[in-house]
Parts: sequence; C-alpha cells; structure tokens
Amino acid sequence: MRLLGKLRFAFAACLLGANVAAADTTVKWLHIEVNPAQVKIWEEVARSYEASHPGVKVEMQFLENEAYKAKLPTILQSKDRPNIIYSWAGGVLKTQIDAGVLEDITDQVKGYSDSITPAALAAFTSNGHVYGLPISLSQVGFICNKDLMAKAKVDPAAIKTWDDLLAAVKTLKAAGVTPIVVGGADKWPLHFYWTHLAVRIGGKAAFDAALRGENGGFAGETFQKSGELFKQLVDLQPFQNGFLGFKNPQAVGYFGDGKAAMSLAISSVYNLQRALAADKVGLSEDKICWFDFPVVPGGKGAPTDTLGGITGWLVTKDSPKEAVDFLKYFISKDVQTKLAAGSYIIPVVQGADAGLNNSFMKLIASNLAKSNYHQNFYDQSLGPSVGRVVNDVSAEIAGGSMSPQDAAKAIEAAFKQGN
Amino acid sequence: MAITSPVGVAGEAAPQAAVRGPHWDSRFTVLILFLPPALLLFTLFVVLPIGEAAWYSGFNWNGFGRPTHWIGFDNYRFVLETRAFWLALRNNGLIIAVSLAVQLPLALTLALMLAEKFRGAVALRMLFFMPYILAEIATGLIFSFVYDGDYGLVASIWRTFGAEPPHLLASTDTAMLAVLIVIVWKYFGFHMMLFIAALQSLDKTLVEAARIDGATRSQTLRHVVIPLLYPTIRLSVFFAIVGSLQLFDLVMPLTRGGPADSSNTMVSFLYNNGISRMRVGYGSAIGVILFAICVTFAFTYKRWFMRDE
Repeated sequence: MRLLGKLRFAFAACLLGANVAAADTTVKWLHIEVNPAQVKIWEEVARSYEASHPGVKVEMQFLENEAYKAKLPTILQSKDRPNIIYSWAGGVLKTQIDAGVLEDITDQVKGYSDSITPAALAAFTSNGHVYGLPISLSQVGFICNKDLMAKAKVDPAAIKTWDDLLAAVKTLKAAGVTPIVVGGADKWPLHFYWTHLAVRIGGKAAFDAALRGENGGFAGETFQKSGELFKQLVDLQPFQNGFLGFKNPQAVGYFGDGKAAMSLAISSVYNLQRALAADKVGLSEDKICWFDFPVVPGGKGAPTDTLGGITGWLVTKDSPKEAVDFLKYFISKDVQTKLAAGSYIIPVVQGADAGLNNSFMKLIASNLAKSNYHQNFYDQSLGPSVGRVVNDVSAEIAGGSMSPQDAAKAIEAAFKQGN
Repeated sequence: MAITSPVGVAGEAAPQAAVRGPHWDSRFTVLILFLPPALLLFTLFVVLPIGEAAWYSGFNWNGFGRPTHWIGFDNYRFVLETRAFWLALRNNGLIIAVSLAVQLPLALTLALMLAEKFRGAVALRMLFFMPYILAEIATGLIFSFVYDGDYGLVASIWRTFGAEPPHLLASTDTAMLAVLIVIVWKYFGFHMMLFIAALQSLDKTLVEAARIDGATRSQTLRHVVIPLLYPTIRLSVFFAIVGSLQLFDLVMPLTRGGPADSSNTMVSFLYNNGISRMRVGYGSAIGVILFAICVTFAFTYKRWFMRDE
C-alpha cells in the first residue's frame, strides 16, 4: 500500500512537472543597450507582454558591445543560447546565416512584415528569407555644441565641404576650444571618418566595385584618397588630448559635459550623451546642432548619401515560436511610436514616425528618407575580420602610425585573406 | 626505498616472489585507481585542445560549424607577416626584461629587509603582498583611472607641478611603459614572499659561521646568502617568464593592446586578432606558436637551470 502510494505520488509529481514545463516558455533576449532609460522602456514592454501572454517569460540578458561581438560565435553554438540577439545586419549577419545558427522566420512574419520599411527589412533578408526584424535606423553625422561653436564664431550650417570642416577645426582651435571628441580606443568611432569620406568620394559604385575586386579593390584610388583626406584632418590635431585612450562611452560623456565642440557620431548619441554625461543631464535640445558629413569636391557620392546603421533583432535556431511573437509585439506601431517619442529610435514601422516629437530626430528621419544610398557601417557590412581591419587602420591613421596608402593596402590584403 | 628496491633489482629470485607480489599489486592498484582520472582530465583539457588547435590552424575558419576550407600553413605565414605579432613578441620580451632587471632585484632587496624580525615587518609584508591578491581585471580598471589624463591621480600629480598631464595609455610611446609599471607593482610582492620564505628556511649556522670568520654584511650577502637563494631565484625567474607569456587580463582593461597594437602581449594579440575577428584558424596558429615558445622555454630552462631541483 505504502509503495503504491509513493508510486502514485511520484506519478502525480511527474504530471505536475510536465504541466509546468509545457506552460512555461522562457524567451531569452540578449541586448547591448547601455542607456538605462531605454532599457527601462524595453523592460516595461517585456512585462506587459508577459501579462498578456500567461506562461511566457521574457528574460533580458546584457553584454557590453565589444564583449558581445567577441563572444557571439561561441554563444550562438551553445545549447543555452539566447533566443533573440542584437544585430547590425551586414557581413556578420551573412556569416551567421551561412552557418545555419539563425531561425528562418519568413512564414511567421508573413503579413506583419508589410508594416516595416522595406529597405530596413531587406537588411535582414537573404534570398527571400527573413532572419530578423529591424528596430531602428541611424545616421552618422556631426553633432555639435551650439555654445562652443558660437564662442569660436563658427556657423555649423555653413560647413558644407571637407575644406569647410578643416577651416572650422582651425578656428575652433584658435579660440581655445577642443574641436572634436572621439572614442579612439574603440577604433570604430574613428572608422566613421575614413568610411564616410569613401562614401562621399566614390559613392555606391566604388564600394560595390571594391567588393568585386575591381579598380584595385580596397587598395584603389577612392580608398587611398579617403585616407589622405582623413590625414589632413588628423594633422590639425582636432581631437581631445589622449583620444586614443578614450572608449566610446567616455567620449560621448565628454561631449555631453560640453567639453568639445563636435563629434562624428551615430544619431542616437543625441540621447546617449545625456545618460553618459557626468551630471546625467547632458546637453539639452536647444544646445545641440547637427550637420551632415561634408561633401568632397569632385566626389561621386551624392550629398544625400548616408552612412549609418540598420539595427535589429535576430531569432536564433530552434527558438520557441514565442520569440518571434514577442518580437512582433516589441516592433509594433505602438511600441515604436513610444520609443520614437522618447527620441530613442528612428522607427522602422510605417506610421510610427508620427511619434517623433523633436526637431533633431525629425531631421534625421527626413535625411534618411531622402537618402538613395544608405551605407551600413563598414565594420559590420564587411564582416568581422575585414571590418576590424578597417577600424584598425583608421585608428592607425589617426595615431599617425600608418600612411593612407598602407592603410588601404592593409584592408585589401585582409579582404583577400578573408575570402 | 629499502622496500621497493628489491622489486626492481632481484625480480627473478623465487623466495622474494611472495613478498613482491602483493607489493606490486598494491602499486598497480594505486596506478589503476589514481592515474585514469588525472590522465583523462589531462587528455581532455590539455592534450586534445592542443591537438585541435594545431588541426584548426590549417583552416580558414570562422568558428561556425565544422572547418572545411583547408589552407595548409597559410595561417602561420599570415601571423608572421603581421606587424602586431612582432610587436606582441617584443612586448613579451620587454616584460621579461623588466621582471628580471627591476622586479626581481626590488623583490629581493625588500625580502632581505623584511625577512628579519622587527616591529611592523609583518604589516609591511602584507602591504607589499596586497597587490598580488587583487584580481587582474580590478587592478587594470583601478590603474586605468589612475592613469586617466583628465581626472586621474597621475594627472593631478602632474598638475601640482604645473605641467600639462599626459595620457599615458593613449600614446604608442608610453602605453607599454604604463602597463609595465602596473606589472611590477602587482607582482613584486609575490616574488618578495618567495624570497622571504626562502630566507627564513635558510640554514642560519652558515651565516653565523661567515660572521665569525669576519665577513662583513655585504660579503655575507654576496657569498653566502644569495648563493643559497639561487634555487628560489631560478624559480622566481621561471614564474616571471611564464607570467609574461600568459599575461592578458591586466592588459585588456588598461589598453586592450592599443594604441596601434603597441601594448599587445601574445595572448591579447591572439584574442584581438583571432577571437574577436572570428578567425579561429588564424588564432589557432598564434596559439600553436605560443605553445611552441612555452614548451621550448620550459624544457630548456628546466634542463639548463633547474637540473638539481
């Protein structure tokens, strides 16, 4: 009798256990966001999703940007991998698709995906298969501090060409203002200069040709000239003291503290500088100005061409279907409008840009809408191996330890080695 | 020794067989019981990974799935063609040089002073040993604040003299120097402790004998104490060199090997160029080179300098 009772108890326990397991699905969501205000909104979204979907738990995990990039291949191949991961699309995404570590979510987002800006969705689509969903667009340009610019009597609206920028740097220096702050230790903030110059000099045609190995590839004329023009700027010593030792968050904080006049940055810096400023307040909207990356006379790129990011979320292989379901909830018009209203993102869901409520974010959104060629960050679009070399050589040109010609050659060599 | 020696020498003698049997048996049992776990762990976590790394180093592989693109010895050529590799090798050499030329004499001097009993000796020993206890990452972070050219301790010292403070970690000329200073600061206490332990177990009668013979303090030191410390010095040098070849976690929070690879060590070079670029084959090639250096060093050193131990 006793034994039977025990057995029955065990059986019941098994049943209970099975029930619990069936009802509890955990969606593990790995992000790299450092702005606590934005994370808070995300958390609210996750909690409200959980409330309306009983039995589903959304677990947020965090890794710092650089650590995330380094660990990702290992993470993706572990059994305990997160279900939703952050992505900048481009070559890294392509590697992941080729490796088969991502879930093809084409069928699950059918219908829903029509609400997303086609260009943004295309970045997460390969051969007609959708592997992730975009969340935000961004533009790289010069953010500036109105007070410091005025102090040196530099009009940001008048900086149209590369030479204008060089002249502005000289004027700012003469007025005792640090012209530009950059997080040189992270290297990628420096690669914006080299890359955006290439976008201006050669346009889309040059980049595509280099990918095909034509015109000398990345060692070609366009890319050598990018380095040369970048060196012109570097030679003026425009950056803050010790810029090669600054990590990006430090540099953004430096700008938010009002200690430098300009910074070539991703548009999301508008919000980030507040969170990273020493006083956690940073610069208010009326203290901030923005101008597009200057054009290069004779360059083949259109002035409206943009460099920037298309960021989004990928679903990893064998994730529960709730992961995609949550993403659809997360990247919905409601949530996107809310994030846009907080100036955290340039939305990708159609109609959500109605939430944009300040002139800065509206300006970026209209710049992106006007752009016919939006170049994804080189260090992402070229894949992790070649991309990092672009970052390396940009930092080396900035540090004066490599010539523009050698820099272009190094990228081409890495491109050949990697392919 | 008395029990085991007949086992090997007079194996065939019949009367001894009865004695030998159980002894041999028990040794065999011990072998059966204790060797497999160690052997298994060693094979699983040391031998196999080394073999795997050597195998991967022949591929152009990004770490996903199985490696398929065989490129032979190209990865080794790529490594040797990378300027950063030679810089890393130079830096490892620098670390060894500084360990031998600065850290070791410093540790030895302090040990000679603190091995004697006086008020506060123990407290001072603890104080000097403290940096060694601190985690490497924490040390790196602390020093990245100390070196900060705007808010750091170094900057404020510079300012009191009215000079423009340097950003030590941001210049290719000074980054490695700054790292070296932290290394000496962190590890001299460990070597000092080694020397103190050795000094305390020294045969005091020899020192006394030298004194009675009329040797001065410095003569005693030069001709008696330091020769007696040779085994420990050799051990300390060994640790310094192995430590240099392994150094990674101190460099990452300080400089990440930058600027322009000027402060990479072999291991941080491996991480920056192999792992974070998803070039597993290339990284493995660096690993194999590093392994070859370590093995060559360990065996030659043992053979030449640590033969008696």
